[in-house]
Amino acid sequence: MTLARHVGLAIVGCVVLLVLSSKLDAYRQYQMAQVAATVVAVAGLTVLIGISGQLSIGHGAFMFVGGYATALLVIHLNWPLPVVIVASAVVAGLAGGIMGVAAARLRGPYLAGATLMLAVALPAVAYQWQGVFGGDQGLDFTVTTPGFLGASFQLTEWQAWVCCVALVIVFVLLANLLRSRVGRSWRALRDNETAAALAGLNVARLRVLAFVVSAACAGVAGSLLAMTMLNVTPGAFTLALSIQLLTAVVLGGLGSLVGAVWGGIILVLVPPFLTDFAASHGFSSASASVPIAGYGLVLILVMLLFPAGIQGGVRRLLGPVAPAAAGPVGAIGRRLARRLEESPGAETRQERSG
Amino acid sequence: MARYRKLGLAPVTALAALSLVLAACGGGTPSSSGKLQASAPGITASTITIGSHQPLTGIAAPGYDEIAPASNAYFQYVNAHGGVYGRKIIYKYLNDQYNSSITTTVVRQLILQDHVFAIFNGLGTPTHLAVAPFINAEKVPDLFVASGCACWNAPSTWPETFGWQINYIREGKILGSYVAAHFKGKKIAYFYQDDEFGQDGIKGLGYEIPASQVVAKEPYNVAAANPAAEVGTLTAALKASKAQVVIAFAVPAFMALLRLSELSLGYSPQLVSSDVGSDPITLSGLLDAYAKKTGSFGTSLIQGIITDSYLPSLGSGDSWIKLFTTIHNQYIPKLPMDGNVLYGMAAAYTFVQAMLKAGRNPTRQDLVNAVNSGLPQGVSVAPYAYSATDHDGITGAYIAEIEKGVLVQLGPVQVTDNTPTGAVTIDSTPQPPAPSSGIP
Amino acid sequence: MQEFVEFTLGGVSDGVIYAAIGLSLVLIWRATRVLNYAQGAMAMFTSYIALIVINATGNYWLGFVVALAAGLVIGGAVERVVIRPTAGKPHLNTVIVTIGLLILVEGVAGMIYGSKNRSFPTPYSIVGAKIGSFDLGQGSSPSAVFTAVAVLAAAGLLAVLFRYTSVGLRMRASAFSGTVAQLMGVRVGRITTFGWALAGFIGALAGMLVTPQTFLYPNSMDSIFVLGFTAAVIGGLDSPVGAIVGGLILGVLLNYVTGYVGSNLPELAGLALLILVLMFRPSGLFASTATRQV
Repeated sequence: MTLARHVGLAIVGCVVLLVLSSKLDAYRQYQMAQVAATVVAVAGLTVLIGISGQLSIGHGAFMFVGGYATALLVIHLNWPLPVVIVASAVVAGLAGGIMGVAAARLRGPYLAGATLMLAVALPAVAYQWQGVFGGDQGLDFTVTTPGFLGASFQLTEWQAWVCCVALVIVFVLLANLLRSRVGRSWRALRDNETAAALAGLNVARLRVLAFVVSAACAGVAGSLLAMTMLNVTPGAFTLALSIQLLTAVVLGGLGSLVGAVWGGIILVLVPPFLTDFAASHGFSSASASVPIAGYGLVLILVMLLFPAGIQGGVRRLLGPVAPAAAGPVGAIGRRLARRLEESPGAETRQERSG
Repeated sequence: MARYRKLGLAPVTALAALSLVLAACGGGTPSSSGKLQASAPGITASTITIGSHQPLTGIAAPGYDEIAPASNAYFQYVNAHGGVYGRKIIYKYLNDQYNSSITTTVVRQLILQDHVFAIFNGLGTPTHLAVAPFINAEKVPDLFVASGCACWNAPSTWPETFGWQINYIREGKILGSYVAAHFKGKKIAYFYQDDEFGQDGIKGLGYEIPASQVVAKEPYNVAAANPAAEVGTLTAALKASKAQVVIAFAVPAFMALLRLSELSLGYSPQLVSSDVGSDPITLSGLLDAYAKKTGSFGTSLIQGIITDSYLPSLGSGDSWIKLFTTIHNQYIPKLPMDGNVLYGMAAAYTFVQAMLKAGRNPTRQDLVNAVNSGLPQGVSVAPYAYSATDHDGITGAYIAEIEKGVLVQLGPVQVTDNTPTGAVTIDSTPQPPAPSSGIP
Repeated sequence: MQEFVEFTLGGVSDGVIYAAIGLSLVLIWRATRVLNYAQGAMAMFTSYIALIVINATGNYWLGFVVALAAGLVIGGAVERVVIRPTAGKPHLNTVIVTIGLLILVEGVAGMIYGSKNRSFPTPYSIVGAKIGSFDLGQGSSPSAVFTAVAVLAAAGLLAVLFRYTSVGLRMRASAFSGTVAQLMGVRVGRITTFGWALAGFIGALAGMLVTPQTFLYPNSMDSIFVLGFTAAVIGGLDSPVGAIVGGLILGVLLNYVTGYVGSNLPELAGLALLILVLMFRPSGLFASTATRQV
């Protein structure tokens, strides 16, 4: 039943997004693709951190893996796009599995440190084997719209479609996973690892699985971004990217797929907004730092004022209002909101994250 | 992108008649008279809007963040003195933090949302490579990329893209030819950035310097977590190779670290440097604190470095430097008058040259055609290579030495090409002086 | 042989810097069970303050003292104003707050000082020592020796503080269990602020010692912070000795890899070292506290 409901929602979501994308201009379509890709990465990370309770500050590394896998597959093997995206997810998932195994016994800040170093060190691979990875300049490739859409179909619209469809598919898969036994086991693990072990759960395997899933999501995101930018360079997968993903997860609302949407939107749309705001006051490099300072301030304030992130704030706002929304629409709305979220008490039991 | 309405026959005849009348009135060619129109995206009757991507913050920002404000200062000067055919230039440069994914976003914003007429002086090799295909697909002029990569010279695949500064291969050849002639028999080592910049430079050096003289090649990774440690170990290796001449293709921060490591090891080879890393003001600024300890200034630590330059020296006091210094003092007095500011203004001057040549109501293709038909030599010491089949910019440079904090020219301007066998020859055409109005 | 000695000594002097950052992180962790991701950025900021004083007065030591004092004040202020309100909220929120602080401090530094690379003075010469004609390299210069001595002295003081003073005992108690400590009469709030102030002090010291090599600009401490964090994790976040050992091992290893293998590989080597250590000792080399058992 749950699967059918999720698939139904997915189809509706797809249609809405596709219609929306056709109404936007080329630049907004590009932004839509960026947002969709970012949300995929944030969703995977929120599952890892919020549901399975493991902190990673290095998920940009898995986006790097996915992005380069896509570039290499397109350049050397020229497989069709959906196959490439899935293959990139597999490669990134594999990398996540390796990291998960290596880090299986690590907790809190030790895990954070290991993932941090991963994010810093992995792009060096692109510099060391320049023949394959293109070094500093990276790899360029082209993507064309498929024949059946006609020759004059806008590339940006096709890119937005691919990203949105991928997003919806990933969300369906994640939502099902979270409702399944695996999801419940992850939450048990997060809340009290010793009790979970005593109850017979295979702690190590669950932890590795969480890494695999979240890394695969990051791989898909990296693949989608590569496909949108038509280019991958090591300079695009900085440590700052990994840190931004983490902030998006917590800002949006930890452990919540809807929160991942908020986080992705903020991550993509707020910096240019702040830059434009600063630009209207002059172009010197001092004012170029204003958006940076602004983003830091926003992070601090949101954390202090909305500890459960934006989704928590939304829930608080909707909470007292929802019962007043009578009728079938209100009831559907409430059930929709509940279906898409995780249990509210989840994020208050984070003792181990460092 | 411009839309061309199909004209019926009658309006065409009328236009033809009108232009004949205007020509007869002695108004010169049709393109230099007549009302100002919005002839292309980014052009209105009173403004021209151009865009760029620049590293204004982040690791690449030091120094490079001065270039765009300097270009803007020159544009403001032009605007205050009649503009380009009466239009004011609006220069919208966005911060990409030297991160190619941000470059992709800001360039799309500039072209798709802000509808700029052209992209000017996009900075960085990996960053611009990420957007060059898109800019060309959108048929937007991509003028004077701020990078010495030879890859901008690809008129068949990227017809909109043009280089400007001397590319690294040519630079390597000119430096190499000097070293081969003046340091015969000496041991030579290379210290270079392990990317297009350094590798192209080494390629050029290799075309001129006999391989038997090269005793060490030390590439560095610009993204290293601890650059000082990295350069320290590489300098130790250079010293161990007993090289008497070290040729460096490095950015200023790494040049300064090289100098500091040399001082700490008591190693003093003759340093030869690419133009990229040798701006005396930037370098001496980075070494100042150390120099103060020994009671002198940073300039003493860069004394005697041999380098090349394709723009007049800041210490020469020639007409171009006077012009740009005046503009600097008026519009950007807070920035130092250094090589980055000179670069920005020189590139802007060249852009205005191209815009003036493109005509009174230019389309984007008009601008590209203007450069394809060649630009007269102006602020650069050597001629441009621009033609329909060659999108390289400045073709030569002179060798200089840093003395008391300024570049002193050592020899004549030399020109060359990108090929392994093309000779390095003396350029006989003198550089024209700056126009008295300051506008091309 | 000469290269080996040069790399080793250079690695030690680099490692000591990582150890210093690691030490300040250990301090905050032991005192408050929080990891301060803004530690490097705060050290960058105090270095700017020092540079202003040094350029204005021409006196390095005055700037040095002012930086350390500023580190104390800023560290304590940050705890009081930014970190304290997150107590009782999910732990991850404190992580994000320190990250927000990191971004904010770097942005503010860029706004006030611009992004120009600034030259930063050392108190002593950077010329390496020699035995006859045998170079000992950068790591043997008076400046490098001073760096090592300063950091080791700070570490020693910290060790004494934690072990032998009542303040140290109170700090450990409040970190382990704030409620119980309060019941025992410990002024947890004040102790926490003091811990952060001390960490700010050590961070400022690290900043003063390393900035001559990195040049001063808003992001100058970013990668040093990562290496310092790695050093602390390798050594064990509860152990000041661990931070020193971790830093030294990391510094020397990175130098060897750069010198003997290639300049693209040191970070990968650091990652490999970290993973290797953590696979066998998940809480670092000098992990002292046992994990909670049921």
